[in-house]
Amino acid sequence: MQFDATQLIPVLPEISLLTLACLVLLVDLFIREEQRIASYVITQVGLLVTVAVTLAVASSETQIIFDGSYIRDPMSDLLKVGVLLVTFISFLYAKDYLIQRDLFKGEFYTLGLFAVLGMTVMISANSFLTIYLGLELLALCLYALVAFNRDSPQGAEAGMKYFVLGALASGMLLYGISMIYGTTGTLQFDELAQVVSKGDMNQIVMIFGIVFLVIGLAFKLGAVPFHMWVPDVYHGAPTAVVAFLASAPKIAAFALAMRLLVDGLAELNGGWQGWQGMLIILAVLSMGVGNLIAIAQTNIKRMLAYSTISHVGFIMLGILAGTKEGYTAAMFYTLVYALMSAGAFGIIIALSRKGFEAENLDDMKGLNQRNPWFAGMMLLLMFSMAGVPPTVGFFAKLFVLDAVISVDLTWLALVGVAFSIIGAFYYIRVVKLIYFDQPEDETPLSIGVDTQVMLSINGLSMLVLGLFPAGLLSLCAAAIGS
Amino acid sequence: MIADWPILSLTVWLPIVGGFMVLASGDREANATKWTALTIAILTFIVSLPLWFAFDSATADMQFVERVPWVPGFDIEYYMGVDGISMPLIILTTFITPLVVIAGWEVIQYRPSQYMAAFLIMEGVMVGVFSALDAMLFYVFWEAMLIPMFLIIGVWGGPNRVYATIKFFLYTFFGSVFMLVALIYMYFQSGSFDILGFHTLKLGLTEQILIFIAFLLAFAVKVPMWPVHTWLPDAHVEAPTGGSVILAAIMLKIGGYGFLRFSLPITPDASHTLDWLIIGMSLIAVVYIGFVALIQQDMKKLIAYSSIAHMGFVTLGFFIVFIIGQNSDSTSGAVLGIEGGMVQMVSHGFISAAMFLCVGVLYDRLHSREIKDYGGVVNTMPVFAAFMVFFAMANAGLPGTSGFVGEFMVILASFQADFWYAFLAATTLIIGAAYTLWMVKRVVFGDVTSDGVASLEDMNRREFIVLGTLAAAVLLLGLWPAPLVEVMDASVNNLLQHIAVSKL
Repeated sequence: MQFDATQLIPVLPEISLLTLACLVLLVDLFIREEQRIASYVITQVGLLVTVAVTLAVASSETQIIFDGSYIRDPMSDLLKVGVLLVTFISFLYAKDYLIQRDLFKGEFYTLGLFAVLGMTVMISANSFLTIYLGLELLALCLYALVAFNRDSPQGAEAGMKYFVLGALASGMLLYGISMIYGTTGTLQFDELAQVVSKGDMNQIVMIFGIVFLVIGLAFKLGAVPFHMWVPDVYHGAPTAVVAFLASAPKIAAFALAMRLLVDGLAELNGGWQGWQGMLIILAVLSMGVGNLIAIAQTNIKRMLAYSTISHVGFIMLGILAGTKEGYTAAMFYTLVYALMSAGAFGIIIALSRKGFEAENLDDMKGLNQRNPWFAGMMLLLMFSMAGVPPTVGFFAKLFVLDAVISVDLTWLALVGVAFSIIGAFYYIRVVKLIYFDQPEDETPLSIGVDTQVMLSINGLSMLVLGLFPAGLLSLCAAAIGS
Repeated sequence: MIADWPILSLTVWLPIVGGFMVLASGDREANATKWTALTIAILTFIVSLPLWFAFDSATADMQFVERVPWVPGFDIEYYMGVDGISMPLIILTTFITPLVVIAGWEVIQYRPSQYMAAFLIMEGVMVGVFSALDAMLFYVFWEAMLIPMFLIIGVWGGPNRVYATIKFFLYTFFGSVFMLVALIYMYFQSGSFDILGFHTLKLGLTEQILIFIAFLLAFAVKVPMWPVHTWLPDAHVEAPTGGSVILAAIMLKIGGYGFLRFSLPITPDASHTLDWLIIGMSLIAVVYIGFVALIQQDMKKLIAYSSIAHMGFVTLGFFIVFIIGQNSDSTSGAVLGIEGGMVQMVSHGFISAAMFLCVGVLYDRLHSREIKDYGGVVNTMPVFAAFMVFFAMANAGLPGTSGFVGEFMVILASFQADFWYAFLAATTLIIGAAYTLWMVKRVVFGDVTSDGVASLEDMNRREFIVLGTLAAAVLLLGLWPAPLVEVMDASVNNLLQHIAVSKL
């Protein structure tokens, strides 16, 4: 096949990110310690430029290039923009935290940008190999970022755990891929879908392959019973890293699920034999275990980790519905969740300061007396996570429930809402601490202006998107193509 | 035409936007903040008045309708309108809120701007609940009520406020999420979230019963009906006076309104099949909870239990219509039952608000709600004592006050259903008089029992205005209930004709 430079146009966002990462790596070598802010500025500007590039190459058509291993479609455009913007937000929150703890190094941004590159590759993958490539690039950067504070034994422990379990999950995923490849003879998702629809494969090998694939996916998403790494990593890693880790990669993980299960194996979702049944088990367990164990946590990062697990369960509900409405709902949920998660960790970062890590729920006490505005933002974020209208979290849940009921899985919707009542308890406990308790620590918050603005936008977006959910929803629907 | 103006939207959004303005203005100029809040509350009341005066009581159709798409992907609309059932409750809401703002004027010292803002936002959201005609819009308002109320009880409440407010939140949240599933289910049956569309939706009996139970969970918790009433005494006791007033006067009515707007018209056959359950629960509320009220030591708890008993009348009035329908062909008895329930709701809104405000007046002075800490209040606070005795009489159902009208109508209707229902319901006239008047006797009359009571000062002008307005409302509704009944007549008749037709 002839090389044609126009083929590279759909890959421009990735090229832009790679250039940016290399640029930061190089620039950082030649600047002095006090000029380090330059790396940050370049990164943030670069991310915004990449958003512009992504939008510029976006179109409603689907392009498959590089011998079928790379795809650019409306879904990838929207998810990439989501990843880039959420990364921008979390890097902004991270800046002050890193400076105060002498962690403000260029490597943070280099690793972060390579992770983002991994995510975009995953989002645009059209074959098992590309998706694995993106996944590993993302995972390796995240392992390093989790252990970024090298003097922290907790961070090192978390990084080690994450690495060992992540490697195991990658192994599972690869094993599943090899089985599917073995029986279908293709790595490409569109070809795979054709083979599957012809039924031209060994059913038993295929089912085994899907089981391993789903296990690997569940590991990456952090679904029960493959969730053990999530609380430890959230707890051990520096909060600034968690703000990143808990938001943007969730969008990529959603893309992973969509590409693996929907693009290639959509026809195998039926009933308990297909991946729908597997996801039902994972979703119910995730919502149950996540919400129940979160109640017992005293560390807010661990609590949010278990909350993530329960949200992943909800996202899975949307995917397993197996309809376009379901995928749209799951996508809406994922994007909203990434925003909520970034905002919640942003508040935790804002509560921390040099020599003090806000980690325990009790550190939230009396926030309304120390700073009513950000108390209000956290209130919106928490009610949004709990799914109470008029915040956007409610609509995320509503659309997913809608999709689940439309495929006659009403019992599953009932299970979902039952667990969200349990979940509401620990979110409103945070609100209780903020509003009803006296502060133990009267130190006024010192938050940079940029963080203040971003936290306000992030918190208010919960309300604004909740009052006007139609815009984001129609974007998601267009991305899915319904 | 005034009816073409977006009056409902104004009544919903004026207090909400105003509430955020008050919130933003902060506490530096506390006095200015309070005046802003009061102005907004009164303005909202004025804005809502055309709903009453321009209302066409000859038709049962929805009026003041506003309808625009909201989330087109899921057929959710911003669809509002009122009929004779919802309109009086909206006026009640906008009437009570300014009084609550005035009642909190000097009492609230901690972050008054947040306090006032919470009540204003609450007001807008509650009006939204009554005027929503799209099921999702209704649900959004319904749940959004929880947030300000959660904060009002938790921030400005009594010593055990955290327990009370979390109990309140989880109880009501639990009740409502199952309703959400039922609403989504009906969306797939009917193709839209239009509540009036749900009314004409054909449903099988099993479906109806499941949907009825989902609604019952939501509304019974809100009303609250025995046995899911246990959150109410806790919430009332711990809430600040204003919070208790809003809870008793309006939030409880939302449960009753839900039965009329959802349960009866959407699942008439299930309502008919299960009417024994609701009637049983209502009669238990009336009789048993009445006795529970008798032994309370805490004034607010006593009034809270009395609210549950009075709301039992409301649900009784709504559900005896099926038995009356079996006994006779004329619908006049059934109309009496539902209209009696409605009048009882509005009247209870005035009386319970007034009773809680009376307790608030005492609590602000002596910081105790215990009956035993008072005695002989009439000697030091004669004007207040007059008001308190008047409202207590109204609470006990004295003819000439609004409390009598609703109870009497429901009891009359019960006679057409079954003598024993009427007998049990009528015992409330005795039990209610017993617990209310006994409390008044111990608190107001007798000799001055303590130094605290001896040092009491009578009501100030602010308190006089609030209680005086409510007293006028109670008397007016008691002596001349006809306008209220006329306004709802067409809608109630229409509802009865609708539920008389089986959906099976």
